[in-house]
Amino acid sequence: MTSIASAGTASGNSNQTWLLLLLKLRTFIALILVFAFFAFAAPNFLSAANFVIMSKHVALNAFLAIGMTFVIITGGIDLSVGSIVGLCGMVAGWLILNGVDLGIGYTLYFNIFEIFAITLFVGVLFGAINGALITKLNVAPFIATLGTLYVARGLALLSSDGATFPNLVGNPEFGSNGLSVLGSGAFMGIPVSIWILIAVGCGAAYIAGRTPLGRHIYAVGGNEHAAALSGVKVNRVKMFVYMFSGFCAAIVGLVISSQLVASHPATGETFELNAIAAAVLGGTSMSGGRGRIAGTIIGAFVIGILSDGLVMMGVSSFWQTVIKGLVIIAAVVVDQAQQRLQAKVALQQQAALSKQEG
Amino acid sequence: MNDLSCNEEHQIGLTVRGATKVYPGTLALNEVDFDVRLGAVNVLVGENGAGKSTLMKVIAGVEQLTSGEIAVDGKRVQFADTRAAAAHGIGIVFQELNLFPNMTVADNIFIAREKTRGGVDIDSRNQQSEAASLMKRLEHDISPDALVGELSIGEQQIVEIAKALAQDARILIMDEPTSALSAAEVEILFRVIKDLKKSGVGIIYISHRLEELIRIGDYITVLRDGCITGSRSMAGVEVSWIVRNMIGAASKDFSKSLTHQLGAEVFRAEDICLPSKNGGFVVDRVSVSLKAGEIVGIYGLMGAGRSEFFECIMAQHPMCTGKFYVDGKPLDETSVAGRIERGIALIPEDRKGAGLVQILPIRENMSLSSLMKFTKRGYLSIKKERKAVADMVRDLFIKVASVENPVSSLSGGNQQKVVIGKALMTNPKLLLMDEPSRGIDIGAKGEVFQEMRKLAADGLGILFVTSDLEEVMSLSDRILVMSKGRVIKEFTQQEATEEQIIAASAVGHTTTSQKTAENRELQI
Repeated sequence: MTSIASAGTASGNSNQTWLLLLLKLRTFIALILVFAFFAFAAPNFLSAANFVIMSKHVALNAFLAIGMTFVIITGGIDLSVGSIVGLCGMVAGWLILNGVDLGIGYTLYFNIFEIFAITLFVGVLFGAINGALITKLNVAPFIATLGTLYVARGLALLSSDGATFPNLVGNPEFGSNGLSVLGSGAFMGIPVSIWILIAVGCGAAYIAGRTPLGRHIYAVGGNEHAAALSGVKVNRVKMFVYMFSGFCAAIVGLVISSQLVASHPATGETFELNAIAAAVLGGTSMSGGRGRIAGTIIGAFVIGILSDGLVMMGVSSFWQTVIKGLVIIAAVVVDQAQQRLQAKVALQQQAALSKQEG
Repeated sequence: MNDLSCNEEHQIGLTVRGATKVYPGTLALNEVDFDVRLGAVNVLVGENGAGKSTLMKVIAGVEQLTSGEIAVDGKRVQFADTRAAAAHGIGIVFQELNLFPNMTVADNIFIAREKTRGGVDIDSRNQQSEAASLMKRLEHDISPDALVGELSIGEQQIVEIAKALAQDARILIMDEPTSALSAAEVEILFRVIKDLKKSGVGIIYISHRLEELIRIGDYITVLRDGCITGSRSMAGVEVSWIVRNMIGAASKDFSKSLTHQLGAEVFRAEDICLPSKNGGFVVDRVSVSLKAGEIVGIYGLMGAGRSEFFECIMAQHPMCTGKFYVDGKPLDETSVAGRIERGIALIPEDRKGAGLVQILPIRENMSLSSLMKFTKRGYLSIKKERKAVADMVRDLFIKVASVENPVSSLSGGNQQKVVIGKALMTNPKLLLMDEPSRGIDIGAKGEVFQEMRKLAADGLGILFVTSDLEEVMSLSDRILVMSKGRVIKEFTQQEATEEQIIAASAVGHTTTSQKTAENRELQI
């Protein structure tokens, strides 16, 4: 066996290892840098009140980005999440305000927990529609979810003729009060929405790292054909990721209506793009097979802190948009560099091994 | 060995000297010297993985040599890409068709060399008339406006040849041009080759069909494991000389060293049929029975339906009819997972596309089919998984720096062992191996074969497909020869001879293709 080892000197190798570690932790380093910069540059950045506000902003994008990460790892894309956010907010608002008219002179009102469940179900249902379109009818994910983007947004607008459902305090008689706990409640000083984010984030990370389902998600994105031949139920895996993404979007819909104590049908427009940005910033590969939940959450924090910090510094929102774009492009360029270096290191290790033996 | 001096009437157009090509982990070409004579058919022959295709890719500018040089008309050249090679008059008809199914025949023929007015506007009328005249020369009435995707494979092959002809190539490489052609189409191709020879074109002709080579060739060069083992003019060459040089006197030692008792029947296939897209059957009434501990080799040419048969067993074709039995019980599961559960494991031919998830680590690739073994109540124990993978890596002697590295960092042989490891981790009863030695070097080949023997001795039934004659002869307890979807003949290891096997693999071919040609004439 011939090996073409271009094994460098020992110091060269250890330099490479350091560089690789640095590149792997780049999102985290970016987070620290962004954080440190605003700690100096933005007044009141380090105040506790600011942290609470920022973390609430970040959480919304992080939920969507977690769902999006799974979808992107399988090699797909979910453009419909922003619209599902809007629609689910309207569903919750409708149920609190109007209940369900049974058409026989009675109107059915649900308590707040049933409303949560129904809203989440609607989100999952739309995810299932996406999944069915993609797996059963072979529609490209981009097109399928673009379609549901319009459908869900249209339904949200239809539900109220474009008007806002205001004042969703609910009626204690029906047990439908208490929506606001999600958005403005706190437990041990930490907002409820952050607790939910921790739960969903840990759950998703567990699925990704410690279950056969998670492994199958990566395998489907890496090589669908090979995965299928290895016994992975590709269609089921795809159904799951879109349903999970819809579930995450429904949570965001609930949290936003709760924060505002109102629901507006245009809520969530362009949220899908922020979610994709966070996932990509966290190292998720758009071609599938690669990405981590922790990376995505850090990515969401980088984007969130960046935009809130710039606001606090008084930077124009037009410039903010430009800066956000540049950060995303830089992240992907660095990601490519990391991939190349990683492949090189692995090949060198392998070549060194065959040298030892041969 | 070298008696090239006896025939000097053909001028040498292209020389390759000391060509060496190294891929990570394998030496594809080792100090190869090769001459292409103009106005003659230069035959290149060798087993799969001997380095023929690599040599052709180097000459056509697809790949660059690690060391060594190429000279055209005595002048040293370096081909950075296919364009540079084409500028020196080198054209190639690839084994895998490089056509665009969504474009017309004329568009395909002139792709990247479009005939234009003023460099912008495509002169389609000119292209079409030239394409039509090329088709006339090839004696085919394929319309220049036809979409390539709607043509049969044989017709696509003709388009590919027309494409090379359109470039006025002085040296034309044909890599297995007849593998998809019917007998009548082959005759036409041979007439075209004769024409080309007359006009002074040097043809490099690669094929596995030895009789064909002897008929059409003027010079022959035999490659084995990246080295030239024989090179002479075709006069007086016999099949036995070619086979000897292809395989070598000191035959690779895969001989059956472990003998063991065969057990009860583990697998039976009855009347398996798979309809083909163009009518007829890809797999035609195939029946096989396999005992525990038995190795059965399926030999056949490309497109004989061998891989499709395996895919039927692995539930890849819903259209497939017939019955499978495992341990005497019918195999009714329709999902791949269900069939793996029943003890069937497939090692696919296309390692990169179907066997492995390239970007995932070695560990995750190996355990992909057997994750439930390490999972309890939804929790996947990485510790157990790591241990099982480490055991498998040790058992199969896989050379890995770390099981956490992406599987793409391994050489072909080690990648193949990872695929085998993945299959074995499902505790199979029947192992289906499709071309288990494709694209791996000779050392790894030996190890893979030894492993197959050991597994059979442990009571596994192994069904494997190969187009390597020596491999099928030395590894199998029984040999099935397939052609055009049918099992033509069955041999035991003792009674099989190379000539018989080759004859059986060609029999179905010529007769059925002649029949279809006749049918076509009748229809007209």
